[in-house]
Amino acid sequence: MCFGPFPLHQTMASRKESAASGSSPLETPVKQIQIDGLVVLKIIKHYQEEGQGSEVVQGVLLGLVVEDSLEITNCFPFPQHTEDDVDFDEVQYQMEMMRSLRHVNIDHLHVGWYQSTYYGSFVSRALLDSQFSYQHAIEESVVLIYDPIKTAQGSLCLKAYRLTPKLMEICKEKDFSPEGLKKACIGFEIMFEEVPIVIKNSHLINVLLLDLQEKSTVADKHELLNLSSSNHLEKSLQLLMDRVDDMNQDIGKYNTYCRNLSKQQQQKQQYLQRRQQENTQRQSRGEPPLPEEDISKMFKPPQAPPRMDTLLIAGQVNNYCQNIKEFTSQNLGKLFMAEALQGHSS
Amino acid sequence: MHESHGDLRSLSSSLFIIILHFLYEIMAVHGPVVKIHPVVLASIVDSYERRNEGATRVIGTLLGTTDKHSVEVTNCFSVPHNESEDEVAVDMEFAKNMYELHKKVSPSEVIIGWYATGYDITEHSVLIHEYYSREAPNPIHLTVDTALQSNKMNIRAYVSSQMGVPGKTVGVMFTPLTVKYVYYDTERIGVELLQRTRASPSRTNGLTTDLAQVASAAGRVQEMLTTVLSYIEDILSGKVMADNSVGRFLMDLVNKVPKITAEDFESMLNSNINDLLMVTYLANLTQAQIALNEKLVVL
Repeated sequence: MCFGPFPLHQTMASRKESAASGSSPLETPVKQIQIDGLVVLKIIKHYQEEGQGSEVVQGVLLGLVVEDSLEITNCFPFPQHTEDDVDFDEVQYQMEMMRSLRHVNIDHLHVGWYQSTYYGSFVSRALLDSQFSYQHAIEESVVLIYDPIKTAQGSLCLKAYRLTPKLMEICKEKDFSPEGLKKACIGFEIMFEEVPIVIKNSHLINVLLLDLQEKSTVADKHELLNLSSSNHLEKSLQLLMDRVDDMNQDIGKYNTYCRNLSKQQQQKQQYLQRRQQENTQRQSRGEPPLPEEDISKMFKPPQAPPRMDTLLIAGQVNNYCQNIKEFTSQNLGKLFMAEALQGHSS
Repeated sequence: MHESHGDLRSLSSSLFIIILHFLYEIMAVHGPVVKIHPVVLASIVDSYERRNEGATRVIGTLLGTTDKHSVEVTNCFSVPHNESEDEVAVDMEFAKNMYELHKKVSPSEVIIGWYATGYDITEHSVLIHEYYSREAPNPIHLTVDTALQSNKMNIRAYVSSQMGVPGKTVGVMFTPLTVKYVYYDTERIGVELLQRTRASPSRTNGLTTDLAQVASAAGRVQEMLTTVLSYIEDILSGKVMADNSVGRFLMDLVNKVPKITAEDFESMLNSNINDLLMVTYLANLTQAQIALNEKLVVL
């Protein structure tokens, strides 16, 4: 399910003109993201209530751009698509929501969108397309990825990503062949860039938090110190293995393409040589040479497989590996703590 | 893989129970218990901060679910309204529209009441409450004191009940209800992170890295341990009377550390560490592999 900022082209058109004239394609317009505490709570609530299971929940971020940082001040969730709800109009929902929010003085400027993820598997074609259409219309937009499973393990896991300018250019030209990607020298590591997040609260919210801390009687469960890791590791490794399998297939396809290409080159050479020989023979016998035939029509070059999927899979594998490494390092620390607790000096 | 079941975790939770024993206060009021999620309060404060010029308070609708004995408030949205000395006007169309939009996302939430910022309940509140009783049976009225009249943000909930002589002068009385804060687990973790912004002067806070998180969690447990230790010192030196129930919790605490023989523990620890190291090695290998593949393709 991907959706884009369709209704905003009118409002965004003027901003795009000014932005396009000023900024060079190399500099990133957003250096930091400032999120209000309210947005964090809303995203958590949305997933908790509507996103059980491995479905992703999505929503829209609202805020404003302040110099080189993006401030996200509010958000609203997007309803899930169900098969029997065909006449649901996304655009209309967005428009109505934003119009209503404008009445109560909430920033109605679309600055991005958020999505929940399952064990860190969010690098997909759908995400790329959505983020591309957002970033094309609004230069500073970001996608916030919220990982509920990692959050439930002890600490909030919220990351903000943007597409790098190089990837934006490639997506614009839609040239996904190997030559195109080689020209742009793009690797899976420079597909997405992470923007640092900072959480900000107003003074009144701080007073509220103080109040909550005093009155709240909910016990702290200390999930972060949990020693059992096998479940999480198993699932992560399973997902990693699936992706590596996909990658394998993809590499196999590319290899067959390369082999076909080289075989074809050989055939072309052989044909040309034979032609030459025949022509010299004919000349020696005094006959007119055979006409030159169009070689390219005879040997049609094989179709180059698009490389975008490979890039995405590589990016996803990289992401899984990063997550796994973080998880194992945390668990190693916890194990050593448990050893110290046991008191056996070894 | 062996797992020492929640060793550290249960330790810290029993520690917390001991601490809680010192701080618990009980309020007893009759009526349905109102359970509020922190996201609702944050929303209310935010809409108060964004109020129009000249408005002294904001009102809005509360959404949530009802139970036999309790009402759980999970969402809210503000409704534009105008208030002057003699009259009050609420944009009801807006309220209806917003409710429809919200229902598309969470179909299980219903209108359960309304909120207003400010300390007192005015006559206008009675009118607005009447409107809301048409939308929901027995609506809850929530007041959040954002003007901080008593140096605290008093959050109170009321339900209306009839009073007076039937047939002659009938009035409406607002009876207070117990307010409880409930959190989902993930919400609690989120709120904990937000609490840390209070400490920094610029009111900002970044998200921490992996090992630092474990370190801070361990730090918290250490703090709790020192509190308990100082309490025990006081008892031993006779300053404080010994309490049997706390003593039982303490015994629980000490017994939570499982008694395992040294060799068994060594082998468990080593096998766990080996598993984790192997996974780290595999992850690094995979990353090197895909990087290599990338370079080969571009050749």
